[in-house]
Amino acid sequence: MSKILYCRCAFAKVVPDATKDAVLEKLCESGAAFESVADLCEMAARKDERLNDLLAGDEGVKIAACYPRAVKWLFHNAGVSFPNDGERINVLNMREQNADEIMESLTQNDDE
Amino acid sequence: MKNDIHPVQIILYEGDGAQALAPSERFALISQMLDKGYAVLRVTASESGSLPTLSPGIPLTVIGNFDGSAPDLEDAAGRTGITTHDISGLAVDAVLALIEQGRVADQTGLNQPGEAGMWKPWFPVIDYDRCTNCMQCLSFCLFDVYGVDDAQKIQVKNQDNCKTNCPACSRVCPEVAIMFPKYASGPINGDVVNQADLEREKMKVDISSLLGGDIYSRLRDRSEAAKSRFSKERSPDKALEERKRCLTKLQQSGIIPDEVLAELDLASLPSPEEIQRKAAEAAARAEAARQAAAAESS
Repeated sequence: MSKILYCRCAFAKVVPDATKDAVLEKLCESGAAFESVADLCEMAARKDERLNDLLAGDEGVKIAACYPRAVKWLFHNAGVSFPNDGERINVLNMREQNADEIMESLTQNDDE
Repeated sequence: MKNDIHPVQIILYEGDGAQALAPSERFALISQMLDKGYAVLRVTASESGSLPTLSPGIPLTVIGNFDGSAPDLEDAAGRTGITTHDISGLAVDAVLALIEQGRVADQTGLNQPGEAGMWKPWFPVIDYDRCTNCMQCLSFCLFDVYGVDDAQKIQVKNQDNCKTNCPACSRVCPEVAIMFPKYASGPINGDVVNQADLEREKMKVDISSLLGGDIYSRLRDRSEAAKSRFSKERSPDKALEERKRCLTKLQQSGIIPDEVLAELDLASLPSPEEIQRKAAEAAARAEAARQAAAAESS
């Protein structure tokens, strides 16, 4: 099972509330373990070591946040190399995609 | 530094030895903790054997329905303080109050969204797949946000200096390589850059040339005019007015949005003389970095 990171984007109103609430609600209904952060930008600004931990290893990682280009370079900003491996790292965009689509990707088994 | 507050790490433990929360209760608790600025890890029975790596020195609070008795936990390395709470039967508000009390007692900071004086994480993020190291951003920014590393590569050096909600440097980037993830629209927000965006950037540069060069030329002209006026009658009000006029000009050119101008504390902005000095310094640093980069690549 992939690791899951959910970003609340709590410092701005750019991610639709309905989408981020629906994704979190469905994550809470699922049996999945997940890491959730108030704001990925803030974490990147602090160069939080947990971002490094998240991408370490060979496990798949699914990130529910915003635009993949922004997420990739936020990790870089935090000093964490973001692998160009679409198979292993999957960024779901809560600014554009709907909650059902995102949840389908988040809860999909890695071997499917 | 405004961004050096590491949040308390919260683990919602629902693994072996603890009862799982009802989904609605779990959602209410996690969403409210996130909205207050905490980071929350949910650990389930299937994952309870693989606890995460902890950030050394950042306090950890473990909460769970432990049926009356929270376990005693300690970091074997002794670097992280761990507090545990049994939250059986507690309402969400009571759990939040418990966590908050512990945080205050530990004197641990928290950057709380929406609270006055808290830092909104607004800073430029460089897309190095697009950046050509042209140093336009370094030349442009008056707040020393940009710098270069040892290899003369452009870097965001002082992100705390960035003016909240101002995306001006991304607008002068000819390669659309500067993002502000919290900006409303693309491609500045990180959305895919398309050909129309690139054309628009090209047009902006052309318009700037037609208007008589870069914006610093305009600022310098205004600064010179202001100097002669101020030498006759130097007044803080007039200096402020002059800065306002400069900024309005930039706003009219579409480089600085209305909402940013409205929020800026004009009195805290550099004076025309400082703008001139900073622009000259930034341009010199950019030129030095360009030359060093060219020397390295040849």
